[in-house]
Order: sequence, then C-alpha cells, then structure tokens
Amino acid sequence: MRRPSAPLLLLLLLAALLALPQVLPRFHTYVAAIVLLTALLATSLNLAIGYTGLYQFGHAVFYGVGAYGTALTLTRSGMPAPVAFMAGPLAAAALSLVMGMICIRLSKLYFGMLQISLGSLVWAVVYRWYSFTGGDDGIHGIPLPDAISSPEASYYFTLIVTALCVFTMYRIVRSPFGKVIQGIRDNPVRAASIGVDVRLHQLASLVIAGFFGGVAGSLFVVVENSVFPDMMFWTFSLEVLIMCLLGGMYTFFGPFVGASMIVLLRVFASVHTRYWGLILGTILTLVIIFLPDGVLGVFVRRSPPKEDRGA
Amino acid sequence: MLRVESVVKSFGGFRAVDGAKLHVEGGEIVAVIGPNGAGKTTLFHLLTGHLSPDSGRILFKGKEIGGLSPHVICRRGITRSFQVVNIFSRLSVFENVQIAILSRERKSFRIFSPVAGMAEEEVHRILRSVGLFDQRDVESDLLSHGDKKVLEIAIALGGNPVLLILDEPTAGMAPGETERCIRLIRRLSEESGVTILFCEHDIGLVFEIANRIMVMVRGATVVQGSGEEVRRNSEVRSAYLGVSGEC
Repeated sequence: MRRPSAPLLLLLLLAALLALPQVLPRFHTYVAAIVLLTALLATSLNLAIGYTGLYQFGHAVFYGVGAYGTALTLTRSGMPAPVAFMAGPLAAAALSLVMGMICIRLSKLYFGMLQISLGSLVWAVVYRWYSFTGGDDGIHGIPLPDAISSPEASYYFTLIVTALCVFTMYRIVRSPFGKVIQGIRDNPVRAASIGVDVRLHQLASLVIAGFFGGVAGSLFVVVENSVFPDMMFWTFSLEVLIMCLLGGMYTFFGPFVGASMIVLLRVFASVHTRYWGLILGTILTLVIIFLPDGVLGVFVRRSPPKEDRGA
Repeated sequence: MLRVESVVKSFGGFRAVDGAKLHVEGGEIVAVIGPNGAGKTTLFHLLTGHLSPDSGRILFKGKEIGGLSPHVICRRGITRSFQVVNIFSRLSVFENVQIAILSRERKSFRIFSPVAGMAEEEVHRILRSVGLFDQRDVESDLLSHGDKKVLEIAIALGGNPVLLILDEPTAGMAPGETERCIRLIRRLSEESGVTILFCEHDIGLVFEIANRIMVMVRGATVVQGSGEEVRRNSEVRSAYLGVSGEC
C-alpha cells in the first residue's frame, strides 16, 4: 500500500540520521536521540493498539520497567553492561506477560482501565521504595560502559538499536503472526472461528510490545544517565498513545512520525512558551478533524472497489 | 457426522433452544428453517462453540464438542459463516482468506517469515471458486454487502472444513446475488463433497437445494426429513408454513 519510493525515503532518512551528530550541535544530537527512543516506544505500543486492537493504556510502565531494570542492574548488581541491557527489556516483557494474563480476560476499555490500575501499582512501588529504586528522586549518574558514554556514542547506540528494533517489528507485522493479530484486531469473534486462539495471540503481542517498550526504556538510561518514576506514570502512557493517534495507528511508521512531532514540539515550543501544550492541543484537534487516520494515514490509499457486478 | 441430542440453552428464563435434535450425514446439504426467533442462530452458536449448551449432547464424528472453544471446534473441522457480516474489515479480500488458511496450517505463530505470497495458490483457488478473484486486493470493508457475504463463505472455506455451517448466507442480498450464492453452495457441495448445514428464510431456495430439512419452532425440533416429508407434516403446516406464512 505504500508508495514505491518509501524504501528510498527511509534510506535517505537513515543517512541523514547517521550524519546528524557531525553537523548539529550537541544539544540537538541529544534531542534526536530522545526522538528516536520515543519513536521506538510509540512503535512498540502500536503493535498492541494499532495492530492487535488492544487498548494498551499503560504502556509507559514497560518503558519504565525497562529503564529501571537496566539502571538497577548497572548500579546494584555489578553485572556486565550487556546483561543489564537485556535485563531491562526482559523484565518489561515478563511484567507484560503477567499483567497481560490478568487484563486479557477483560475486553476493550475495561482491559485498558485495569492495565492503568496495575501499572499505577508498579509506579507507586517504584515511587515509594526509596532504599531500592531511589523513590521519587530516581537514580542518577548511572555508570555506562566507556564505548557508549559520550553523547555522540550514545546517540549512535540509540540509532542502531532503534533501527534494529523497528526493522524487527516491521518484519513481525508482515509475518503470518502479524496478519493474524490484525485479523484479531478487526474481528476477534471471527478470528476464533477460523481456529485462532485469540487470547494466546493477544498475549504474545503484548509481550512483544512490552519487550520493545523496555528496550526504549534501556535506551533512555543510555541517553539520560538517569531514571525517575514519572517516566512510567499513566499520563505519559497517554502521551505515547497520542503519538500513535497523531501519526496514524493503522500505519507502521505513523507512531514514529507522531512521536517525533510531539517530542520536537515539546522541546522547541517550550523554549518560547510555557504553554506548549496549547500548541499540541490545537494541532491534535486539527489532525483529528481533518486527518482522522493520522498524519501518515493520509498516504495509505484505500483501493477503491471494482465496479459491482450487476445484481 | 453431526448429531445433536436434546440440546437446551436458556438466557435468563427464556429457553432459546429447548430440546433441539439434529442429524447430519457426511456429504449432505441440510437446512434448518423456522420462524424468526425459533433459535436457529442460537443452535448454530452452540455447534461452533460461541455458546455452551446447558444440557444435551452435540456429537461431531462421534465425539462430544458441546462447550468447547470456537477455535478448538474449528480445528476439529467445523467452520462457519455468520448471519451478520463478520469479516476482517481492514484486511484485503486476499488476506481475509489467507489468515484462515495460515491458522489452519498452524502457522499463526511464525513471526519472522514474510507473509506475502504464503498460501497464495490456495487463496486464489478459493477466491476463483466463489467469484471474488478480481477483487482480491480490495480492502474487504469496501466490498458490496453481497460480496461481503460471499467473502464470509470464502473465509470459512479457508479452514478446509469437513462441515460448513452457513448462518443465513443470503441475508440482505439482492435477488440476483441470492441466486448466485445458492448456486455457489450447491456447487461447493458437488465439487468438494463438503457437508453443508445452513439456515435460510427463503423457503423456495431451501426446498430447492437441501437434501433434508429440519424445522425448528420455539427452540425445539418439529421434524427433520426430506422436503416432501416436511411439506406433508401437519404440525409444520400449522406452526410455520401455513399460519405464519410471512417468513
């Protein structure tokens, strides 16, 4: 459905991203890294929302758990860094599995509500457990391996990991599994009638989404050197959800675009005004009214039906 | 092949299916008829696991299937279409049938192999056979109502069923479409030998293509037999064909 020039556009984008630290000042490189990992987060959420049709309202929890998992392993366990970078995402995937098994019994909005509640529970524990998680102060000055500790190196690390993860998710979406979860999204009852174990597939999709959300969290540790509880607060979950809606949740790269828009807006509009939320709100309203399928949704042409053969 | 014995299903105090009996042999076309609210769709939901019976037995190939999940029953060889259009609306016509086949082949957990082109031959064969081949790349939501109902059947065929259950396959179709659909049902039965169980409001069509007919009234089976036997049955006449002739 995408235009044939899309792969070329992607290559150009990748080349531009590779060259970016060479031409832009350090602050902009840092912002670009935040854009990338947030885009990865939004893309992972979209696996659950846009592709499986699950109302994943607490996705930031997996982002937070990924970040804390990596941060705590780095600061408290003395394990080598690669272990820490796997520990975060795996912890997020495990939490996603447990929360999924509880929430999946409910449908639609109730699924989302329960997920927010359970997520808030995790947030509250992290927020209060000063002796282990640092409580509301978070954890700062997390030691990183020398290879990725400079701003430039952390940017390239983020770029490579994000590209790999997004590519992997792209493959998943275009696999038999990816098609079947889209079938579940469109019509779970029908999916069961063609022999699909709906809950098992939904659960698998949640775990994959949670894992990549956790990877985004780990990258946050690399870029920021710190973690804090607010990154898993439910309002941030909704912000990521808005990124998906803004960019187009029925397109693969829509959430990527939506995340870029929101992060850049927050950074550059907040320089000029404290009321950057007002600008975001206006843009969002306009998008919802004029582009209900999101910014990228416009480019997905729904092929028109051939003429009806006569009645 | 399929034997339903004294099945009961109540919703609150209302017994939607109340002691229904049904018997389907391999290769047959069996129709279920009855006035609106007779419990036909509820009975079909019980057969395909969308509802669980309160009591009674549903035997498929000699094994009890009452109360199993829909996906388990599908894997045993029963697939169905729905009365109200029930398709994967954002997927293309091709993909709608493709995922039914992938599910049957237990490939739905392959997460890295590209799906494009998988099972292409079989999807094309099914789409040609039902007459939707030219529209294979159309997003299914954009099909006409009649074509959506036909796609329903195509999806069910993707499961390569032993028993195909069609819940009012022609509901809402224009007269020409209805005829096309009925021809399709007959042809499927002749070509692939699949057993077909369907319910339908157009009595003329039922008598035309069904080997045997089961008549349901208020949740219970009045009679099951050949068209002639059903026509002669006095109970059917008073309860259904004669009095409430509007059906």
